[in-house]
Amino acid sequence: MAMNRRTSNTHPGAWAALGHRLSGLALILFLPFHFLVLGLALEDAEALDGFLRLTDMPLVKIAEWGLVMLLALHLSFGLRVLVLEFLPWRDSRKGLILAGSLGAVAVGAVFAAQILVL
Amino acid sequence: METGTAPQPDSTEPDRTKPDVPLGDYLTVRVSRGKGPENRYEEFQVPRRENQTVLDIVTWIQRNADPALSYRFACRVGVCGSCAMTVNGKPRWTCRTHVSKVIGKERSLTIEPLRNLPRIKDLAADMSAFFEKWQQAGGRFAGKTDRTGPLARIDPESPGRKAVDAGIECINCAVCYSACDVVTWDEDYLGPAALNRAWTLVNDERHAEKRETMKKVSAAGGCHSCHSHGSCVEHCPIGLNPTAGIAGLKRRSVLQTFRLSGEK
Repeated sequence: MAMNRRTSNTHPGAWAALGHRLSGLALILFLPFHFLVLGLALEDAEALDGFLRLTDMPLVKIAEWGLVMLLALHLSFGLRVLVLEFLPWRDSRKGLILAGSLGAVAVGAVFAAQILVL
Repeated sequence: METGTAPQPDSTEPDRTKPDVPLGDYLTVRVSRGKGPENRYEEFQVPRRENQTVLDIVTWIQRNADPALSYRFACRVGVCGSCAMTVNGKPRWTCRTHVSKVIGKERSLTIEPLRNLPRIKDLAADMSAFFEKWQQAGGRFAGKTDRTGPLARIDPESPGRKAVDAGIECINCAVCYSACDVVTWDEDYLGPAALNRAWTLVNDERHAEKRETMKKVSAAGGCHSCHSHGSCVEHCPIGLNPTAGIAGLKRRSVLQTFRLSGEK
């Protein structure tokens, strides 16, 4: 029998889960390029240097910042799940989400400041 | 010096000391209709009253506009758990949901059957899967003695009893089941209510089949399928926290797997 499956969950827990999942998917898309560059380090030093020169371009710097943000978000929301599920329960669901989000933003801000200074 | 004052009533709460007076205007109510997979929306103009629940609205429609409208209710006081429906997109117990709290700025209501359960007709959902999963999760209490045995002496301050007390008041309204996105994705997932029940049993000193219950909730579709979104906590009308109970089951299941728990 057909049934209604449309979600209307818009609370912080649902957003945190969505953020965790989407950041994970985006990181999966990045990983092949990461391994490609690591492969260059082993096989062709000149090609690697050529690629690393590309990372000085402003657009690539912004992409790097996005990558750091994705990693920080994925890490903080993943730690949130581990804390909820493996530490003795405390009513801190939304506090953990807030702390994780602020932590990720702080990491992003530090990275952005580093790019701007250097 | 500060003097004590009587608590002031919440301004958003209707004043229940006044008679339920008609307000002289009408509310536009869209109701999901149909049998089984059919779905169409019908619109009704329902007179507003000062003290009016969503269940009052549905009852008014059935008694005054369309006697063929099907829905389910029994106690009307938030005990039986039978009147839950989807109200403006959110699962709610309709007998304790005041219209004034949910109509929003548009001043309209859309009422649909519970999500994640098949429709029987109109607003009545088929609850069979919900209750079957309650049994699949090992939700039946098995005593260690019969009725002739001595009464068990349970310390109300013990951690186990406190865990039971925190989850025992579930009224099986299926609001959490309807709110849960994992139930939507995985039809084998037992759902928050069944797992919450199992959590109360594995913490009950009198339950004789804790191992069996843990085995059932640790299997595929059990506690490890929960993604800890917390939608059950957000929507539970009586403020239970199934996410906490499911997290407890996960911890206990992992400890038992690595034989780190002294649980028999």
